[in-house]
Amino acid sequence: MSAVDSPPAVASRPVRRLSTRFLRSELWMIFGRRRNWAGLAVLAAVPILMAIAVKVSGNGSGSEGGSGPDFFASITDNGLFVALAALTVELGLFLPIAVAAISADAISGEANLGTLRYLLAVPVQRTRMLAVKYTAVVIFAVSATLVVAVTGILIGLALFGGGPVTLLSGAQVSFGEGLLRLLGICAYLSAGLAALGAIGLFVSTLTEQPIGATIAIVMLTVASFILDSIPQIEWLHPYLLTHWWMSFGDLLRDPIGFDAIRSGLFTAGAYAVIFLTAAWARFSGRDVTS
Amino acid sequence: MTVADELAIASWGLTKRFGRQVAVDGIDLAVPRGQVYGFLGPNGSGKTTTIRVLLGLIRPTAGGHELLGEPIPAGAARVLPRVGSLVEGPAFHPYLSGGDNLARLDAADRTAEPATAKRRISTALERVGLLAAAGKRYRAYSLGMRQRLALAATLLSTRDLLILDEPTNGLDPQGTREVRSLITALAADGTTVMLSTHLLSEVEQICGHVGVMHLGRLVAQAPLRELRAAAIPRARVETDRPDDAARVMRELGLTDIEVRDEAATGLLGPVPAEKVVAALVHGGVGVRGFAVVAPDLEDLFVSLTGEGFDVSG
Ligand SMILES: Nc1ncnc2c1ncn2[C@@H]1O[C@H](COP(=O)(O)OP(=O)(O)OP(=O)(O)O)[C@@H](O)[C@H]1O
Ligand SMILES: [Mg+2]
Repeated sequence: MSAVDSPPAVASRPVRRLSTRFLRSELWMIFGRRRNWAGLAVLAAVPILMAIAVKVSGNGSGSEGGSGPDFFASITDNGLFVALAALTVELGLFLPIAVAAISADAISGEANLGTLRYLLAVPVQRTRMLAVKYTAVVIFAVSATLVVAVTGILIGLALFGGGPVTLLSGAQVSFGEGLLRLLGICAYLSAGLAALGAIGLFVSTLTEQPIGATIAIVMLTVASFILDSIPQIEWLHPYLLTHWWMSFGDLLRDPIGFDAIRSGLFTAGAYAVIFLTAAWARFSGRDVTS
Repeated sequence: MTVADELAIASWGLTKRFGRQVAVDGIDLAVPRGQVYGFLGPNGSGKTTTIRVLLGLIRPTAGGHELLGEPIPAGAARVLPRVGSLVEGPAFHPYLSGGDNLARLDAADRTAEPATAKRRISTALERVGLLAAAGKRYRAYSLGMRQRLALAATLLSTRDLLILDEPTNGLDPQGTREVRSLITALAADGTTVMLSTHLLSEVEQICGHVGVMHLGRLVAQAPLRELRAAAIPRARVETDRPDDAARVMRELGLTDIEVRDEAATGLLGPVPAEKVVAALVHGGVGVRGFAVVAPDLEDLFVSLTGEGFDVSG
């Protein structure tokens, strides 16, 4: 009975090669989530608090002088420096935490909920899953950086005004060029954060615990900062991802110092390639038992 | 057509080991196209693990398999869009609504037509009776609503094969009945359904074929009718002298004789039923009622997988 009158094999439905639906769904999952809104609000609050603090105290001097350039002193001269000062401050912890949380959640979050098995059964091929997840992480890293910069510019202009920008090397450029350089800085920092996101994606393939993965990546970042501050192991510093982050000040010199920037981009690229490969090697053959 | 073309699911020597534990032990599945195939077995016998291997979620330690004629994992991208699956219960994003969760799954499917997504989602929700709760967050869904949503996900597009792991788990009686008629309707349209379940009544009502797992092995696989026919029927004699009846039956060669109240029963084996009645009358045992009872599925199941209640670790 069965075999003879069973229906003939139905042809497979055609595959849309260039569909961005899944990526858009992924972005909507990230940017539509209240938790992430709260995170972005915290990132945006920092430049606002800084600008108000400087405005109220009347001067920007007295910063503790960390590893990055000191932009606080220039805030009262030009609102643009609120963005730069905020980026410097947030690069130490807030931005890495934000990227860590999103990237760590990428695979482990779905595994934790059990949704991973249903996505894979749709099917989403594993390489495509990693590609879409990582693209979303990079877009988030860029957005997070821009949230800080744009909020900084707006509150800075409102409280301190704009005008020509005095660079670190003493030369003056137009406000427009200053903005352009700030955009370059955002791109540079996003590259560093995207590399951190690659590490996060890899860690995310190792576990079903997104919180644990987030903590691991934040600890890794902090450890990298600590190692970078120990002079006795100077030979190690160029290999640390975070070592190059504070070099973004070189984009505010005349002429622009590209040496450190180039090394920073190269290091970020190397980290991204290595950890994306590791994530792929780990995830493509893994048993999904969650 | 080769034999494999007539099978919706075919596996050979499919094996999965977790460390030293063998969860699935060299099974040769043969699920005919267009059939509802009941996949039975005690807790921990390897049903879910088999389903995970079938879908390519875990890699088999040995052996291979095909879905709808396509080898897995090589042909997974081609064939899985035509396979709807429910694996070990529902899983969705708690802070998204039921409808949004389905939209996300649909977005991930590169063969799905975006223009019809909205319509297909509401049709799927309607078929499982969840349309009214489509906008509710998944977090607020009850167990049965969650199960229904998982079923809706399997109906998002046209499927040629459904692999359902305990689909009626947690459903109310109406829901169970709905799902049963849904499966029957889908099968009538030519969809093959592999149904893992513990509800033997469900199997009896809708399955044409069954496969029974025990300790990771497929201990039986056949059309339900054949499996039944091969099972030994039991003769039941109602009498006021059950002990004498039992003695006569034992002398005739019936086995597993039981005496209860006013009746004696025994497995017939090769003994024709007529001979039993004749022997009883000849022996002077008054027969009030006589029946040959085919074993029910539960007896069959227990005889294949053992009486023990403890799961095998
Ligand atoms: N990830 C895993 N690691 C180790 N052992 C596992 C894993 N998954 C399943 N097992 C083991 O494999 C065996 C089969 O499990 P499986 O979930 O397939 O059973 P099942 O037939 O679906 O049972 P149930 O009826 O309870 O759903 C069990 O002994 C289980 O402990
Ligand atoms: Mg199971």
